[in-house]
Amino acid sequence: MYDALLFFHLLATFFLAAGIVIYSAFVLGGPVSRATRTIAEILWGVGGLGTLALGIWLALNRPEYEIWDGWIIAALVLWVLATGSGAQASRGVQPAGDDSAVAIDRRTMFAHWMRVLWFTLLLVVMLWKPGA
Amino acid sequence: MSVVGAIRPDSWGLALFLHVAGAMVLVGALTLSSVSLIGAWRSASPALIRLAYRSLFYGALPGYIVFRVGAEWIADKEGLADSNLTWIGIGYGVSDIGALLLIIALVIGRIGVRRINRGQGASAISARIVTGLVSLVLVAYLVAVWAMTTKPT
Repeated sequence: MYDALLFFHLLATFFLAAGIVIYSAFVLGGPVSRATRTIAEILWGVGGLGTLALGIWLALNRPEYEIWDGWIIAALVLWVLATGSGAQASRGVQPAGDDSAVAIDRRTMFAHWMRVLWFTLLLVVMLWKPGA
Repeated sequence: MSVVGAIRPDSWGLALFLHVAGAMVLVGALTLSSVSLIGAWRSASPALIRLAYRSLFYGALPGYIVFRVGAEWIADKEGLADSNLTWIGIGYGVSDIGALLLIIALVIGRIGVRRINRGQGASAISARIVTGLVSLVLVAYLVAVWAMTTKPT
């Protein structure tokens, strides 16, 4: 049970990372096609829900972890920040319809790179587990 | 007990971070390349084919190097560098074959992009070959993620 939970939790994290890499290409001036953006949104959405739900399940499943541990609270806060930044970045990137690069405003770029920062910090917290 | 889920010495953290972060960039870039190429099947869009190649060159290749260096480092720290464990074997096997397929995809992709740059149009066959290679590598790496987390013996 634990192995399966951990695998799907990590798989969901890979989905989040894939969504971020695709959006990074958009922000860096790559072409924005409707299909690619939709896939990025699905990866980000499924990954976000998966990491949260399975992460909480994992914390409840293991006797050595408690949901109120400092590093788990920190991870939840970072998840909320990443989701907020991701929603803002998502609104600012709309395909033109001809697979061309689109103009992306500074606020959207900032939101995207903040999402990258929150996600990286989330990864740091999950791997180091400070205080555990 | 899984390495990712376990509480481990802090000194292992950087090696594991590089390994996992590199793998995430690698898988993300392969996903972007694969999705772009599949999109280009219908439209034959040069922009999407260029994006697919760039994501391999600027994303997957550096991601692979960081992931592999991190793998060697964490294996050394854990004393698993010469291990015969099944999950370590799966990891190294997938990593080595994945590197070979990635290099082949990069070479074919580069030839395809040069054709586009010369105004000869996109080659549907090379785009499909690269799509197949990239998708195969992507599935293989997901199997490796499974092996790293569940550690089958």
